[in-house]
Amino acid sequence: MDAKQGDWIRIYNIVLDSNERASNLPNDTKKVPLEMWDKGFLLDGGANIGDIVEIETYIGRKVKGKLVEVNPYYNHDYGKSIPEILYIGRQARRLLGKEGEKNE
Amino acid sequence: MNKNSYDDVISRKSEIMKKSIGIDYEEFESGSIAFDYERMMRETGYSLKQIKKIQEKNGVGNTPLYELKNMTKLARLYSPKGKGARIFLKDEASNPSGSFKARRAATSCYHAKRLGYKGVIAATSGNYGAAVASQAAMQGLKCIIVQECYDSKGVGQPEIIEKARACEAYGAEVVQLTVGPELFYTFLILLEETGYFNASLYTPFGIGGVETLGYELSMEFREREGKDPDVVVVTNAGGGNLTGTARGLLKAGAMDTEIVGVSVNLEGLHMASDKDFNKKSFTTGHTGFGIPFATWPDRSDVPRSAARPLRYMDRYITVNQGSVFYMTELLAQIEGLERGPAGNTSLVAAFKLSQSMNEDQIIVVQETEYTGAGKHILPQLTFAKENGINILIGDPKEEIPGVNIVLPADPSYIDIDEIDLNRIRKSYIKNSLKYHKINKPRREDLDFLAQDTKSSIKFIKKVIHELLDN
Repeated sequence: MDAKQGDWIRIYNIVLDSNERASNLPNDTKKVPLEMWDKGFLLDGGANIGDIVEIETYIGRKVKGKLVEVNPYYNHDYGKSIPEILYIGRQARRLLGKEGEKNE
Repeated sequence: MNKNSYDDVISRKSEIMKKSIGIDYEEFESGSIAFDYERMMRETGYSLKQIKKIQEKNGVGNTPLYELKNMTKLARLYSPKGKGARIFLKDEASNPSGSFKARRAATSCYHAKRLGYKGVIAATSGNYGAAVASQAAMQGLKCIIVQECYDSKGVGQPEIIEKARACEAYGAEVVQLTVGPELFYTFLILLEETGYFNASLYTPFGIGGVETLGYELSMEFREREGKDPDVVVVTNAGGGNLTGTARGLLKAGAMDTEIVGVSVNLEGLHMASDKDFNKKSFTTGHTGFGIPFATWPDRSDVPRSAARPLRYMDRYITVNQGSVFYMTELLAQIEGLERGPAGNTSLVAAFKLSQSMNEDQIIVVQETEYTGAGKHILPQLTFAKENGINILIGDPKEEIPGVNIVLPADPSYIDIDEIDLNRIRKSYIKNSLKYHKINKPRREDLDFLAQDTKSSIKFIKKVIHELLDN
């Protein structure tokens, strides 16, 4: 069992299949379904990734969907080094008249 | 038969909206193009004094005002003698949820609570979500935020992912969707299912919430400098920031302050396109919202939007993505203020506009936003690179949205593009006639259109004549 009752999990659903979507969409969007993710506590006795389960969301709503993640977490970060921006501060300080030199 | 098919749900829209906002918009309708905007603002909203009280009770507003002395000094290096207006910044990142959106959310949540709703729902991928979630937590309401978050490969903008995290931190449920305008469909189903309040960005209380920002600006400058600011620059997306700020300034009696709207230029990128979704490096404050909402404000999630930017805008300017990233870095480096990029869209314009204003004049950037993981120039530029966007240093004029991001080689390269407001006005008039299926507008329609576009009856008549001729 990947998840037991009460575990914090993430579920997935297809809200609208591509043929059910609004008519005024660009072609690339029309070709794909409208998908949804939500999180909550597993209400079923136990489940594996891929099972259709029911959750109670943090505010208490009940939603059904496919179990995709147990104990979901965020991993967004401060990105990688972007050397391209490093000139900005040094150049501006230089242009502003060597503020630092006054203190030397 | 599924009663929740796309068309079925959309056909129940006005009924769902009425229940979830508690405003009968029909009361203000004329049956034609015109509607009584001011009466709607007055009768369904709160007075400035009441809003100020609500916001103060919830820790919102009265944010610091900084004079950006080094930024001004830098701008003056590129100004003719005697030019280079003083640049100021209203630090809205100091609000509870880290942006001016707390002002809108405070009033919406207060209203929802007063009407007895158990919870609030907002459809937003940006700072407003965090603001509603934060205010809902403060005022004891449940909260659902619906986000357009991922493309069909499940890849999301770091800025939006961070916003989801923030909303959850405040105890909200976050429903995340892939690209598409049917977000509105999911939003309607949730409103119907829960009976919660629609904390739309575009209600009279939402816009009223921003009026305090404009009012504060006027009061602070009168106290500090003995006069109102000459120019206030506002980052423009859905139009609420600009509308509310301008109305607040007018309520303070700042009749001569020029209002400049600014959006990041994302020309060529389709907002509802699955492929284009992650090719942009800004998720708000860009032309993808700014232009459609200015030319048709009633496309919003309420029947009549309280955000009507063309009523108040004196100029509309676009800037490139690279200059906004550059300015964000510069603000940290020479002013010691590390803030999120989105709020700095108007800073780019202020830096350039300052150079043609007199040095005793005052130009104000009226907002900042918080920064953090995902919501910072490094993750956004990293994401851009991962999506095949080239980061270049050179002339921003060479930037092509979705292909490259051009950081200005030095401050002299920072430039602005002026949008012809009459073109925007014409497009708005055309949309009005089309939507209301009107060929022969009545006198009250002409009056309304003139007010709603800050133009004249003569101008409206001329445009309608041209449109009907074609």
